[in-house]
Amino acid sequence: MEHPASGKAARKIELVCPAGSLPALRAAVDNGADAVYIGFRDGLNARNFRGLNFDWPDAQEGIAYAHSRGARLFVALNVYPRPEQWLAATQAVDRAAALGADAVILADIGLMRYAATRHPSLRVHLSVQGSATNRHALEFYRRELGVRRAVLPRVLSVAQVRRIVAQSELEIEVFGFGSLCVMAEGRCALSSYVTGRSPNTHGVCSPASAVRWEETPQGRDARLGGVLIDRYAHGEPAGYPTLCKGRFEVNGKTAYAIEEPVSLNVLEILPELVAAGVSAIKIEGRQRSPAYVAQATRAMRAALDACLANPAAYTPPAASMLALERLAEGRTHTLGAYHRPWQ
Amino acid sequence: MKLSVGPLLYFWERAAVFDFYRSLLDLPVDIVYLGEVVCSRRRALRRDDWLALAGELRAAGKQVVLSTLALVEAESELSSMARLVQTEDTLVEANDMAAVELASGRPFVAGPHLNVYNQQTLRLLSEHGARRWVAPIEMNAVTLGQILSIRPPGLEAEVFAYGRMPLAFSARCFTARAHGRPKDDCGFVCGLYPDGLTIYTRENEAFLALNGIQTQSARVHNAIGSLTALATLGVDIIRLSPHSDEAVPFREVILAFRKALDEIGSSNGKAACPQTRLPGGYCNGYLHGEPGMLRRDVDRN
Repeated sequence: MEHPASGKAARKIELVCPAGSLPALRAAVDNGADAVYIGFRDGLNARNFRGLNFDWPDAQEGIAYAHSRGARLFVALNVYPRPEQWLAATQAVDRAAALGADAVILADIGLMRYAATRHPSLRVHLSVQGSATNRHALEFYRRELGVRRAVLPRVLSVAQVRRIVAQSELEIEVFGFGSLCVMAEGRCALSSYVTGRSPNTHGVCSPASAVRWEETPQGRDARLGGVLIDRYAHGEPAGYPTLCKGRFEVNGKTAYAIEEPVSLNVLEILPELVAAGVSAIKIEGRQRSPAYVAQATRAMRAALDACLANPAAYTPPAASMLALERLAEGRTHTLGAYHRPWQ
Repeated sequence: MKLSVGPLLYFWERAAVFDFYRSLLDLPVDIVYLGEVVCSRRRALRRDDWLALAGELRAAGKQVVLSTLALVEAESELSSMARLVQTEDTLVEANDMAAVELASGRPFVAGPHLNVYNQQTLRLLSEHGARRWVAPIEMNAVTLGQILSIRPPGLEAEVFAYGRMPLAFSARCFTARAHGRPKDDCGFVCGLYPDGLTIYTRENEAFLALNGIQTQSARVHNAIGSLTALATLGVDIIRLSPHSDEAVPFREVILAFRKALDEIGSSNGKAACPQTRLPGGYCNGYLHGEPGMLRRDVDRN
């Protein structure tokens, strides 16, 4: 499917990789990222974690490193700034422009208008937190706010992605690997219900500061904001207590009532996403280590190259599958909403 | 302040829906939101049914607003939304940017599922036609006050003040999943739970409530103790979210809030809000800048 009018004719698909730190940025670029995305150390992006993100010297070094090796750099500024954060948020947009970032990733429409007004040549990508899941929403962001690319929430099937790409003039970026939000991004306040902080308000979900581990006679308890999210038997591997991925009682049965600890992995359906005409595939995980980023990027790069070289003959490369399986949350993966059982 | 009844978030039988809205005809609510916000597969009431109810409510002196779906994916959902937005002489509550796109240029209500966290975003929506804004569920009173201190002229502010809170939306239907059914053959099992399917932690604490693709709080948000504070911030409308009589005598909730609103500024005693029978009881943390599930005792006046 070609879109000459919107410049989608070039069938390059950008591999967009997470960089929570300078070493992770280098790892991503060295292992085949076409673009990396970073956040500033200002609490204004969706991975507002201690010890993570870029100060100004690191950002400058990072963009020089990326650009010198042909990779683009995006700056995620994707919280919804509260009034007291507004000035800092606009300053962060200014800083991204001054840095020479290839795009800013925004969620807040007020901030988008600021960027479009003050920095008309700065590319704006709609963050997944912007929750655009259909062509009308995308058109609003494009026409009114000059958005050039949208990252789709992980709630759409491949058929829906295909339709959106065909109908929208925006470039479309989709998630390919990483931790899985089972909720529509930007539409989830579960974390603030329990901890007072959410992705929308503070750029965090199930923040570590609210986690408490307790050894009890029954096993190991994982609490978030005091709420028992999961209880692990002695010897059972324990995962991070993301609150939608705990075990709860529903109709008298204990189960992963919302979602299992599992990662998204699209390797099996890469040819379908390529055929759908997506412009970019994104790896989640700015909170991850440089080693993780290196392995995930390498695995995804190999698979994407194989797929683009010969989509018809493509099967997920065994080495890539194995590598991603090892990195996956709960060591298992899913196609999430892309495939039928979720729809 | 005015009192509104938010859109019915659950899947009730057709007759129960009609009974519910007809019970509002002579109750002291000013605004009623109609329509399906959660799942487009729920079709117990068709468009004409909603419009008929709208007519009855209007005749009883209520303002009627039609609410749009919050998570919009399918082309058929966009068509329904487009028709809804074009309903003559009727305000629409936009719960997705698609609805803003379709309603742009005519008056609309910016619903609680649009992410409005600052004045600049609110102003932009106002320029597109927003005449009323329902604050996000997780917003605290301080932020609300900051935003309302320089709100666009003519814009009303509404706050979710009673009910299990709609916290999240997903592609997955968790109620169907709990019944081991796929979403496209769900059997409408969400209809078994008129106030949502409560899920409990493994130490038996009521935690969340599954309502199809929506996840709610198990605890019922109740801001009856903060009405004076909200009035001071400039809030115009207080929203009550429908619950079944199994959960609470909703009529009495309306009367309690009405009484409390009428007594703002006077030194009368506390209005007695009926206790909810839903497990987990009441909470009000969000307004106080705390986790939403917490309950802080507040003196009403």
